[in-house]
Amino acid sequence: MDSKLKKILLEPIFNNNPVVIQVLGICSALAVTTRLQTAVTMCLAVTFVTALSNVGVSLVRKIIPGSIRMIVEMTIIAALVIMVDQFIKAFSYNLSKELSVFVGLIITNCIVMGRTEAFAIKNNVVESAIDGLGNGLGYSVLLLVVAFVRELFGFGTLFGYTVLSTVNQGGWYVPNGLLVLSPGAFFLIGFFIWGLKTWKSNLITDE
Amino acid sequence: MKFLKNILGGVEKKFFAKGKVFAPFHPVFDAIDTFLYTPGERTAGTCHVRDCNDFKRMMITVMYALIPCIVMGMYNVGLQANRLMELNGIEQASGWHGAILNWLNAYFPMLNLFGASVWNIIGCTLHGAVYFIPLYLVSFFVGIAWEALFSMIHHEQIHEGFFVTGLIFPLTLPPSTPLWQVAIAISFGVVIGKEIFGGTGRNFLNPALVARAFLFFAYAGQISGDKVWTTVDGVSKATPLAIATNPSFTEGGVAGLQKAGYGMFDCFIGTIPGSFGETSTLACLIGMVFLLFVGVASWRIVVSAFVGGMGLATFFWLLGSNTNAAFALGPFWHVVMGGFAFGMIFMASDPVTAALTKPGQYIYGLLIGALVIVIRVLNPAYPEGTMLVILFGNCCAPLIDWFVVQANIKRRLRRTAESTLN
Repeated sequence: MDSKLKKILLEPIFNNNPVVIQVLGICSALAVTTRLQTAVTMCLAVTFVTALSNVGVSLVRKIIPGSIRMIVEMTIIAALVIMVDQFIKAFSYNLSKELSVFVGLIITNCIVMGRTEAFAIKNNVVESAIDGLGNGLGYSVLLLVVAFVRELFGFGTLFGYTVLSTVNQGGWYVPNGLLVLSPGAFFLIGFFIWGLKTWKSNLITDE
Repeated sequence: MKFLKNILGGVEKKFFAKGKVFAPFHPVFDAIDTFLYTPGERTAGTCHVRDCNDFKRMMITVMYALIPCIVMGMYNVGLQANRLMELNGIEQASGWHGAILNWLNAYFPMLNLFGASVWNIIGCTLHGAVYFIPLYLVSFFVGIAWEALFSMIHHEQIHEGFFVTGLIFPLTLPPSTPLWQVAIAISFGVVIGKEIFGGTGRNFLNPALVARAFLFFAYAGQISGDKVWTTVDGVSKATPLAIATNPSFTEGGVAGLQKAGYGMFDCFIGTIPGSFGETSTLACLIGMVFLLFVGVASWRIVVSAFVGGMGLATFFWLLGSNTNAAFALGPFWHVVMGGFAFGMIFMASDPVTAALTKPGQYIYGLLIGALVIVIRVLNPAYPEGTMLVILFGNCCAPLIDWFVVQANIKRRLRRTAESTLN
């Protein structure tokens, strides 16, 4: 892989992370991260949609008139999201119940729209695909970290398996209720940003 | 005394000065040094002397004002525990606190640690102290460790602001909050409530309340408002406030209080179940008189908070209700129960997080006082609202100040326009 593609792929994972640096897609990061299982499903779904919608938009980028480009982008994204939604409903009904509207809401996830609008509309197919994949992975990194902490310390489990046996089950661990609430995810995202900017001080922007 | 000063100076030069082994720990040394001696540094350049009060003395003054609350809190926790033990026929206290108490009782029976009489002042206070002192020590040392860590990273001095936070926080807790929860909560309060905004003086939320809010949401089962932990195993008792704000006409309101045997005098003196500092309104008022007399707390905030709270309570009382017994609680019941007095006197008036402008302080106080009553009376889900209301008030304070400043600018612009016209 040449260095430009590598950069497009790796840049969004930390240096230009869609959630913590571009501050997009926060809502779903709060909503689906109480448990790892839903978070993983959401990560796969979003990565799939961002990659393929970038490809789709990039393919037709030269023939769509500028005035209606957003509608065309929306149509492509919506078609992909419906596919994902139907797929999850067909193969894992309980999971789709748990994710409820949030799969459908990937359509409105700012990351997807943002990438098609900012990148795919003016770059070739291969680069767009890589960019979509990279941003999906960047989103996934944050979601998995947040979901890991929230499920482990909020419920004492990981992927539904008991790791820290809670007091209610006769164990020793007292679950932290704040992490189960949405503000808990806000604090974790804040800590993540803090950690990331301490690690890579070049990301600190002046106020 | 010169001797000690010389030792300190020598130690500083040898270990803590720039480039020496423990240079990163200089803030810790500095804290000890300035605690023992007035620092010799003077303000350079032009300065404005208002009075000889400094930050440290201000904080110490607040700590003096808290002494009645601490003593009454310890006495009351011991008294409540002894009453419950007598009621349930328990002779030995349980848990590790109990181990200490039983040991003390075996060797010093003259202290009468387990005597359930109201007049057993020394016994009850010592019994309560066994619960309070560990809470305080954990809160203080964990909090000051974070404070020191951030001071070292930022190369700043350790500020005295934490002395008050570290003391107020355990006073807002039920007596048998586990120590590890205290440690986590005070860490959260100091780091999230204060340090990430730049440390003492730059926080917009009261760190002690942030710590308590953390416990309230994270470990709600152990600190929720309607049932506080009591020190006797397996016995939890509803606080008078939880009974009073119950909308039922037979179980709640004034009738419920009578049924449970809580009189207004008990609530005023503070011989009721509850957290350490909040139960005794009398002790809070003594603290208030002292704070207002020396001018550390803003009387505008305290007075308007009481006016707001008692005014709205009177309004509800006059309005009456057929469906909610809590309406009939008069203004005095609201003041003597729960954390109203403690919160308004010691937390709402925190000079860093409250409104700064004079008209702003009236608005801020009225807002907080009135909202507490709204939550108590109208929201059945939360019997007590003092903590969250003060945090809400903290968030609004900059906005209130902004409007006051803008109004002032407009007024003066108008005045100058008028004077030029004339």
